[in-house]
Amino acid sequence: MAENKFAAYICSGCGIGDVLDVKGLEGTAKKDGKMAEVKSHPFLCNAEGVQLIKDDIANNGVTHVCIAACSRRAKTEAFNFPEVAVSRANLREGVIWVIAEGSDHDEIRQEMAEDYVRMGCAEVKKMALPDGNLKESSSKRILVVGGGISGMTAALAAADAGYEVVIVEKTGELGGFARNLVKRVPFSGPYAEPQATGVEDMAAKIGANSRITVHLNSTLAETAGAPGRFKAKIAQESGAITEELVGAIVQATGFTPYDVNKLTELGGGQDNVVDQAGLEALAKSANGGVIKRADGKEVKSVVFVQCAGQRGSGGNGNGHHLEYCSGHCCATSIKQAMYFKDANPDVDTVVMYSDLRVPGMGEDFYRSAQQKGVIFTKSKVNKVAGGGSCKVDFKDLILDEDTSVDADLVVLATGQVPNAGVNLDKWTEIVTLADGGDAAAKAQTIEMKKGSVLNLEYRQGPDMPQFKYGFADSHFICFPYETRRTGIYAAGPVRRPMDMLQAQEDATGAALKAIQAVENVEKGRAAHPRAGDLSFPKARLEGCTQCKRCTVECPFGAIDEDEKRFPVFNEERCRRCGTCMGACPVRVISFENYSCDTVGSQIKAVNVPDEFEEKPRILLLACENDAYPALDMAGLQRLTYSAYVRAIPVRCLGSVNTIWITDSLNSGYDGVMMMGCKHGDDYQCHFVKGSELAGYRMSKIGDTLKQMGLEEERVITHEVAITDHERVAKLINDYVAQIQEIGLSPMKF
Amino acid sequence: MSDLNTQAVARYKNNFLKEVEERVEDGHWVKMCMQCGVCAGSCPLGPAWQHSPQKIFMMIRAGKREEVLGSDSMWMCTSCYNCIVRCPRKLPITHIMHGLANYAHRLDLAPKGQPTREIARLFWDNLVKTGRVNELKFSLAMYFKDGFAQGIKNAMAMQGIGLGLMKAKRLNPMEIVGGHKCKDIPGIHKMVAKAREIEDRRRGLA
Amino acid sequence: MAKKQYAFYPGCSSQKGASAANFLTSMNVMTEKLDIQLNEIPDWNCCGASIGYGEGGELPRLVINARNLAIAEKELPGQDMVSGCPACWLATRETHERLAEHSSLLAETNEALKEAGLNLNNTVRARHMTEVLIEDIGWDAMKAPVVKPLDGLKIAGYVGCQTNRPFGIAGESFENPKYLDKMIETVGAEPMAKYEQKVTCCGGALAFSEPEKSQKQIRDIVESAYDSGADMIVTPCQLCQANVEIYQSEINKKHGTKFKMPVVYYTQLMSIAYGGSAADAGLNGQLIKADKLEKIAGK
Repeated sequence: MAENKFAAYICSGCGIGDVLDVKGLEGTAKKDGKMAEVKSHPFLCNAEGVQLIKDDIANNGVTHVCIAACSRRAKTEAFNFPEVAVSRANLREGVIWVIAEGSDHDEIRQEMAEDYVRMGCAEVKKMALPDGNLKESSSKRILVVGGGISGMTAALAAADAGYEVVIVEKTGELGGFARNLVKRVPFSGPYAEPQATGVEDMAAKIGANSRITVHLNSTLAETAGAPGRFKAKIAQESGAITEELVGAIVQATGFTPYDVNKLTELGGGQDNVVDQAGLEALAKSANGGVIKRADGKEVKSVVFVQCAGQRGSGGNGNGHHLEYCSGHCCATSIKQAMYFKDANPDVDTVVMYSDLRVPGMGEDFYRSAQQKGVIFTKSKVNKVAGGGSCKVDFKDLILDEDTSVDADLVVLATGQVPNAGVNLDKWTEIVTLADGGDAAAKAQTIEMKKGSVLNLEYRQGPDMPQFKYGFADSHFICFPYETRRTGIYAAGPVRRPMDMLQAQEDATGAALKAIQAVENVEKGRAAHPRAGDLSFPKARLEGCTQCKRCTVECPFGAIDEDEKRFPVFNEERCRRCGTCMGACPVRVISFENYSCDTVGSQIKAVNVPDEFEEKPRILLLACENDAYPALDMAGLQRLTYSAYVRAIPVRCLGSVNTIWITDSLNSGYDGVMMMGCKHGDDYQCHFVKGSELAGYRMSKIGDTLKQMGLEEERVITHEVAITDHERVAKLINDYVAQIQEIGLSPMKF
Repeated sequence: MSDLNTQAVARYKNNFLKEVEERVEDGHWVKMCMQCGVCAGSCPLGPAWQHSPQKIFMMIRAGKREEVLGSDSMWMCTSCYNCIVRCPRKLPITHIMHGLANYAHRLDLAPKGQPTREIARLFWDNLVKTGRVNELKFSLAMYFKDGFAQGIKNAMAMQGIGLGLMKAKRLNPMEIVGGHKCKDIPGIHKMVAKAREIEDRRRGLA
Repeated sequence: MAKKQYAFYPGCSSQKGASAANFLTSMNVMTEKLDIQLNEIPDWNCCGASIGYGEGGELPRLVINARNLAIAEKELPGQDMVSGCPACWLATRETHERLAEHSSLLAETNEALKEAGLNLNNTVRARHMTEVLIEDIGWDAMKAPVVKPLDGLKIAGYVGCQTNRPFGIAGESFENPKYLDKMIETVGAEPMAKYEQKVTCCGGALAFSEPEKSQKQIRDIVESAYDSGADMIVTPCQLCQANVEIYQSEINKKHGTKFKMPVVYYTQLMSIAYGGSAADAGLNGQLIKADKLEKIAGK
């Protein structure tokens, strides 16, 4: 390996040279940064400036480059030198744009710039060029689990894009729930009439597509491996196993209608009270003619009860069923009322709703039903009695009166229950017991596994993590297609309640995500959100204490354990957040370009003034996804904040190792601020669990502080959104004021 | 007509809605109401309505024939057209209310002695008689609609206004004998009679 | 310049000795100055107003309006029909539009019209005088004849209902139409921007049958004019004018208020601004004298 040569380049453009002593900074880079080469340039990002660096790399043996100019988020194309390690010292957004103007501030502004130069130099010295994660071979085939509308759409989309597809379908034919529908709600104008489902056409297209292999009557017996190298064992009903090698997975396992028999208060289980699926069956056997009940009597009047066992106490039923709205049922009832009206306009059709929700162009469909004479009444249904003549007791919410209506048939619009497999929270609970030697728990794990869809051979459990109400994982606020199982994407009603049109759109999106995943894996790169990142975690296992924190805490289930309980990293599953690195108590996990050292050395590089100078130093660890951009934005808006803070971007607050906190406090910093994404039910953390884990870890730092004889306020965490540029400036200033109030750290030596 | 008055109507079935569609001006719009209640909140006389237009539409759909046709509510309409311009479903609400009132009046199911109903009848008679409205005769007729004694009382109460209007030449006492009128009164009478005949035939009221 | 010709539909209330006689007086002065020639439709009849629905039903109401349109079509060919009264305009325009939309209704209408020896092809547009001013005459031409700008006059522009809804003036909002304020400005007066009851219903149709309810409306309309700092209310509507002006004394009696807010027509403002006398503008027809306007007229 060639010898390392370190160089720093300082830009004096964009006003940097006007307010900072660039010559002084050069000296800092040379003396404190120990850079072999230090150059400044009035316009470093222009062709000439970039060429200067390129020439040094090509002709001068430079292997590590520190660029002291603008934020690392700016000019990324100009400062792209893939063959060397690069660090960035943020003098523009981080110093001159945010520190108050005027000569009063010259000294502290220059000190801040010098620190950033020192930090950039220190960081780059600890960095290595990542070599990626190229594997000998990787599969680009896409496995689609579920052959309904969502699965078929995903399969056709991926096949049309040139990828081989394997479909696993549990039943004997493609089509899923939609196969049993007479018609579907319209997808195209004028949105007035039900349309054919198109299921047969799609199934025929799949049958005729040479890129698509279909396994009917089949389930997944085992899925092992990682993106690019999943080994799927496909079990037929007969027990025969076929093994397929695939690169990514789309889980489109759909939903099951909520069990209508549980809705006893709404007549569920009684004669002539059916759910929407039951009505489709009656309509299917009518074959376009008048719809008859199970007892053969022609239906002359029908009542649709919306939100049956849905939306908690906001819907109909006793409120102890589903908490959520399934989204499609209003339009579905409208469609089904049309079955009756189209066959015989004299059939009385009443839809009882509390809030009619018809997203998209559903309003036109609703209007069309009204034109056909379907009666809609805003009501709360109290009771349904089935039988020869059904009776619906309800409160008319417009007329504000309790009343009732007789009907030949009552249709309950029940909700969608996702087919998402094993609940991992419960799974972890049981497995922990089983690991502790509990025999009953051990038996239970075997039973639970029978309900699994994917049967993943992952340390963290056999299916995707589940979301609220048991839906398959989704980063629903920011990246709805993303899941916590890299290379496995959920699509359709298994992910959230939805109708057929939404499911098709969803499936197309999932197919594209799967394609991205296999392409990234082939190039040895990370997937979203650090898409393209070539670094991946390495562990010095000789130092590992088998504590399992990394394997438990990895939000993506990327780390398995070997028989000795050492971590086994599956790089293709890894998203490079560094949560494992933050978790590791013995600090044996690192990335080539991001490690306890790259950050730790920056912390140490800051020149902490002694207590008599009365200049506090605040370490600010800012999440690179939201908080750091917000800080940059503050600069862009020329908001000012204190010159006493030193900001270091981190991949995620989850990657923050407590050693950084204790080291900084030990070396005389007066406070540590952390800024990360919102966590909780409506999290915005790009790595889902990172900021939550950081919050948990930091909640325990109080003891450490106490041991050090420091106040609790010296470590503080904030949730920050990318739009919070005004707030971050205020948070910093408030915190500096608070620290000055408390007094400087006694740990300055 | 009598059988129309005693029709039994099943609840939450289509029969009364169908009757309204066939026989009431713009009645075919009733089924298109989406129950948002903007009409109810837009009516200047809203608080005076026993049943807002929103409720009237629901009552029709619920088959409450007697309550709808016997309602005092439609007669509260000032014809301000606020409901029409605000209805997100573009229902001609004012016209439907007028149509319902007229239909209830024709079937004689509208409330007896409802003052607006009485005045509407007097107004129409007044205008058809000569082709033009005679404001003085119309006013006097209104004052005396509840009998002679009440009429004198009403007229006395308003005499200050009447005198003021006369002084301002905006009420002519000579209108009581003759006054403005059209020339082709016989033609107007025949024409209006024919129109009513056609409409009654179409609505099945003939 | 040739005068603009219109088939004129005066309406019952504008007749001599009727409640809006002074409207016609002032409008004649205004149209004279603006080179508008109004040709009265021979033997026109009442529009039925809105209250006509109760007894009249749909077809008889359409037919009486169709009669006016048929006469105009025959006797004053090629001319738009114009009315100064919102009720007349609304009923006629509604008839025109409904018959245009439903050919069966037009056929039935003609069957009835035949009894009076008439037939309608439904070619006549029904327009309101304010529409004609804004669309055919234009703001500049409306301003040109102003010789006595109504300086210092503060006026609450009260549009009311039927000039504004359901048809209104093209391009204006139903909730906050601006044209009346602009007319007030055009004649040199100051419109009260904060007048809140601009499009509130005066309850005029129920003035006789539901006096309490309609007078509540009038109270709001007048009170808000006082609150906005107005010297007077101006309106384009005959029923609004009569209702809001006439019942102030009643309200004072019942509620101890001291309302004395003059209510005038926009045509009266224009007549005065165009140099007409108080009599030309029909100001002698006010129950509540518009003193400030009379003062300007007398200058």
